[in-house]
Amino acid sequence: MKPFSKINSIITPLDKANVDTDQIIPKQFLKLITKSGFGKFLFYDWRFNHDGQEKDDFILNDSHYKTSQILVTNENFGCGSSREHAVWALKDFGFDVIISPSFADIFYSNCFKNGVLPIILDIENIKKLLQFKDEIELDLESQTIIFGDESINFKIDSHRKTRLLEGLDDIDLTLKEDTKIENFEKNSSRISIFE
Amino acid sequence: MNITEKILARASEKSSVSPDDVIFAKVDKVMVHDVSGPGVLKVFDKLQKQGIDTSKLHDPTKVWIAEDHFVPTAEKISAENIVKLSNFSKKHDIKKHFKYGMGQYGICHTLSHEEALVNPGEVYVGGDSHTNTTGALGAFACGLGHTDVAYVLLNGEIWFKVPETYYFKLNGKLPPHVMAKDFILKIIGDIGTDGGAYNTMQFGGTGVDEMSVESRLTLTNMTTEAGAKNGIIESDEKTVNYLNERGATNATILHGDENAEYSKIFEYEASELEPTVAKPFSPENTTVARELSSTELDKSYIGSCTGAKFEDLLAAAKIMKGKTVKIRTEVLPASISIYKKAVKQGLIEIFLDAGATVGPPTCGACCGAHMGVLGKDEICVSTTNRNFPGRMGHVESQTYLASPQVAAASAVTGKLTDPRDLN
Repeated sequence: MKPFSKINSIITPLDKANVDTDQIIPKQFLKLITKSGFGKFLFYDWRFNHDGQEKDDFILNDSHYKTSQILVTNENFGCGSSREHAVWALKDFGFDVIISPSFADIFYSNCFKNGVLPIILDIENIKKLLQFKDEIELDLESQTIIFGDESINFKIDSHRKTRLLEGLDDIDLTLKEDTKIENFEKNSSRISIFE
Repeated sequence: MNITEKILARASEKSSVSPDDVIFAKVDKVMVHDVSGPGVLKVFDKLQKQGIDTSKLHDPTKVWIAEDHFVPTAEKISAENIVKLSNFSKKHDIKKHFKYGMGQYGICHTLSHEEALVNPGEVYVGGDSHTNTTGALGAFACGLGHTDVAYVLLNGEIWFKVPETYYFKLNGKLPPHVMAKDFILKIIGDIGTDGGAYNTMQFGGTGVDEMSVESRLTLTNMTTEAGAKNGIIESDEKTVNYLNERGATNATILHGDENAEYSKIFEYEASELEPTVAKPFSPENTTVARELSSTELDKSYIGSCTGAKFEDLLAAAKIMKGKTVKIRTEVLPASISIYKKAVKQGLIEIFLDAGATVGPPTCGACCGAHMGVLGKDEICVSTTNRNFPGRMGHVESQTYLASPQVAAASAVTGKLTDPRDLN
């Protein structure tokens, strides 16, 4: 996985709360055996008409946002089913960062496993970002988002931050310093997916 | 410590834990099904390419596999996934693989109690968000994503942040025609779909003590809809008897300490609860069933881990006995063991005589997979757990979540019906 670097991108504003994983990636795509390519099914029922034509009024179909790497949304994003396909689809579509006032627990955890940075911000900042049209600068290293004249800091668990910065997608450097884990890694009789 | 903290302390070999502690817990049981299993195998493929050995599981005896979402196989892709699962269990010599068409099988969260696969006090994780269900047996049970499940399969452990606990106390016995489903819908309506986010939702009080184990499972099942990390109920004599009847040998009574702490306590009076329904398109969009009595329906669906346990079928059959359905009605027992019991006790005959279709155990249309998915503009009352747009089929269909009694009463009237109003 690519190490997570500074991102300069416009925002894709999706001003909805409680976006569930059934909307992010509908059930009919869960059984696909291919490993990648879920991006084309992202928000399928919101993006496409019944005849498979793109809906003009859905933001992800607006060519202006095609290169956007940052999705800004509202409370409880990723609720519902634990399907990791939801993160695979967002990542494959091109989103590296999702900013929301809150996330559903399993979805939040799944993000870090797949190189997607979920950022929690207070509702006031979310409102500002949803309105912001120009490119923003997001720096994971310094945990800052710069938009226009404003700069805001965000919180992130330091272990998870390290993992993203180093581009390590496998659990669980999260507890890298934990001696128990280090012993675990040294113990070659055990299978480990630590790197 | 409360029961969740006690379980996590034991599993992480600590004398005590508190909310927000990050701990590394030994996992006692792990489950995958026909969606998360192939998902985990994709993760294994990726790890293999990175030079990580995935040829051996940490302990195959702790692993069990359910075929439930797209079975009986819906089309060729789901059939291929079932083949993959079979190859996986063969390769790792996983004995507990419940295959459709080979005796007992059913929805994963139903098998966990029907087959006594999880004991009170254990840490149980599964590749499905409704893994929370099994917490009603007094276990710490929660769902994980594919990568985390892959990790547990290889290492037998996983980290958790110890959650805070919300305690939901039910005083008194539920009135006639009010079911556990009504109680949990009421709670979700009150606290919202993120009201339990990363918290434990524990249930207790005389109303919960009075409840059968199967009713309790309905409560913990839908903690997922409130975003909870896990749902849990202290085990008691009923739990132990229930599990022993199903072959358990290690089931014990397990309580939190007397001075257990809860970050919030919510109290409910059972006598004030009523048949409750969640309207489209969110489980938190609740109201009492009577308010919706003019809602015309196209379908009644009695199925899923939430609403097709034996007692759910029994409650529905009592209402449908001697009556005829006015709308399409489907009944899908949640496991073969439940199906057999329903046959023996005459429930299936009641459903068939009423005109309902009885299908095989499967997640089926609950997740919009197959076996009765909804078409455009169709309106359904369902004993399932989610009613997001398109969840049960067409994105312009509508689902009202309700108890088995409400679903059965609505089946025979064709409108959303409070079972108390049925003649």
